[in-house]
Amino acid sequence: MSDSFDQISQQLKRRHRKSARLKYISMGALGLAAAFLLIFFADMLSKGLPAFQQAQVNIEINYTEEAATNGRAAVDPEIMSVVSRSVVRVIPLEMRNNPELLGTTQNRWVLADGPVDQYLKGNRVRLDDEEKATIDQLVENGKVDMRFNTTFFTRGDSKMPELAGIMSAVMGTVMTMIVTLAIAFPIGVMTAVYLEEFAPDNRLTQLVEININNLAAIPSILFGLLGLAIFINFFGVPRSTPLVGGMTLALMTLPVIIISTRTALRSVPESIRHAAFGVGCSRWQVVKDHVLPLAMPGIMTGSIIGLAQAMGETAPLIIVGMVAFIPDISASFTEAATVMPAQVFTWSGEPDRAFVEKTAGGILVLLAVLISLNASAVLLRKKFERRW
Amino acid sequence: MNSQAPEATPQHAPSVGQPYTRNDEASHDLSIRVRDLNLWYGKNQALTDINIDLFRKNVTALIGPSGCGKSTFLRCLNRMNDLIPSVRTEGLVEMDGQDVNAPKMDEVALRRRVGMVFQKPNPFPKSIFENVAYAPRMHDLVSRKADQDELVEKALRSAGLWNEVKDKLQEPGTSLSGGQQQRLCIARAIAVQPDVILMDEPTSALDPISTATIEDLMDKLKKDFTIITVTHNMQQAARVADYTAFFHLGEIIEYNDTKVMFSTPAKKKTEDYISGRYG
Repeated sequence: MSDSFDQISQQLKRRHRKSARLKYISMGALGLAAAFLLIFFADMLSKGLPAFQQAQVNIEINYTEEAATNGRAAVDPEIMSVVSRSVVRVIPLEMRNNPELLGTTQNRWVLADGPVDQYLKGNRVRLDDEEKATIDQLVENGKVDMRFNTTFFTRGDSKMPELAGIMSAVMGTVMTMIVTLAIAFPIGVMTAVYLEEFAPDNRLTQLVEININNLAAIPSILFGLLGLAIFINFFGVPRSTPLVGGMTLALMTLPVIIISTRTALRSVPESIRHAAFGVGCSRWQVVKDHVLPLAMPGIMTGSIIGLAQAMGETAPLIIVGMVAFIPDISASFTEAATVMPAQVFTWSGEPDRAFVEKTAGGILVLLAVLISLNASAVLLRKKFERRW
Repeated sequence: MNSQAPEATPQHAPSVGQPYTRNDEASHDLSIRVRDLNLWYGKNQALTDINIDLFRKNVTALIGPSGCGKSTFLRCLNRMNDLIPSVRTEGLVEMDGQDVNAPKMDEVALRRRVGMVFQKPNPFPKSIFENVAYAPRMHDLVSRKADQDELVEKALRSAGLWNEVKDKLQEPGTSLSGGQQQRLCIARAIAVQPDVILMDEPTSALDPISTATIEDLMDKLKKDFTIITVTHNMQQAARVADYTAFFHLGEIIEYNDTKVMFSTPAKKKTEDYISGRYG
């Protein structure tokens, strides 16, 4: 005799309970992940956003004879204590470049000293009560104000926190990525095209395949060692430069590009290849005219993601000397440079409290760049996605 | 003429059945000659001792149950099987007296003369115009833009598609209906002016009306091209083909004039298949 509905639903109850339990556990896991992400972003934003604001002082600069040799003479000594040393340092230089300035007076908003900035942001600083009173007084008179920190986006690194900016690291990253892409993209795509479209399926190509997949899982610092041993010591590529950094990161990005390109090529339907062969295309024409154009969105997406990964990489660059104090914005591929994550790393080790917000600010800039890169990858895929 | 090619001797008679008797001389004009063709996928033999003569400017239908090797045989004629690494062939496939498997024969040159239409319409994901113009341009058949326009129009007219697409040549080929796409593929194949067009079940993915259109088209195209078509559909073979070859388990059981084959099949197996007893 078969079970009645009652008996069946008795059994079912237990099964339904089990699946409900599993569902709640999964939802809990997701919630936890979301909470961590939220805490991370909130912390970064609260620490990093102040870095985009900077205290500035309105001062009167007297371009006197004396100021031409000693910049301090151009500024009222009373207010001097709140002005960044970087300001007075450039006054003699300004006068040398533009002799007409002699004898004139200018009213200008200039950078405030680091501690002033920190005091106004409510952080603990080593200022005595008298100094604090002076600052309060200046704020009341409208002589000191918080303004958008252009310095952070236009200058290189500095030991003076009010003068430290991320621009040299951004430029270093851009140049390093240009080198990485210029090397990894053509080599990676051509390798994938060969493996996918031309290579016979034999032991050798299988071995190559396995090794490429393994390469993607190698700790990135080993690529740094490889870069040091081969590019710097053997080929004599100048160290600390975007050239050697880009070459090292290219090694790391290659397997990512190869794997994603192969996936993209494989997703092009076989019927297109047949059609092309059928009208008398040579193998290369099939690839160049039909398969590659169709695979391109996928290849681009993979390359951008590989590039984003390389952009966030620090470890291999430590080995090739790109984690360094670089105050000047480098202008060539063979000048010493640093990259954004390396800059963040450098700032995080600075003893001055003011660098905490620089560190967080640098992370925000890096995150913004990475998110926009990944978003563009998603957009590319959406835009060129094709249905068959 | 390839010197190594065996002369057509009585044991290499053009058919497994009897010789043909057709009234018009042109229909006896030999296009493709196949002798003792054997083909293996790895260790599995897919074609066994195929001997067949295919005639110029006729429609030849290859029929037979699934897996009988008719599509595999079709792909031997333009060496599409070269793309499958495990395939090994032996025997002679001769087109206009030249061995298509000879080392000096370039498969690109062969496919320029032997076009192909596939089971599922597979236009390039490019514009309708590009679909047709691509191959002639690649083969340097046209140089001037005007020639190209003319050639595209001619090919599309021959494929009976011109009136439907003349106002939207820049739209993607994939935007057309299934039957139109298949005719676009036919236009693409004839644009390089081949001698032979291979059709691998060209209507199996199409509705009856589109199928009828394609069948009419085959009838028109045989004035200019040799058409070899694979079909699952015996009625279609009876409607369009001048000659029919019946494949079974990798062998040609019978090859004959379609009318003769469908009215008085020589072999029991053919009769059973045609009358629907299996397959």
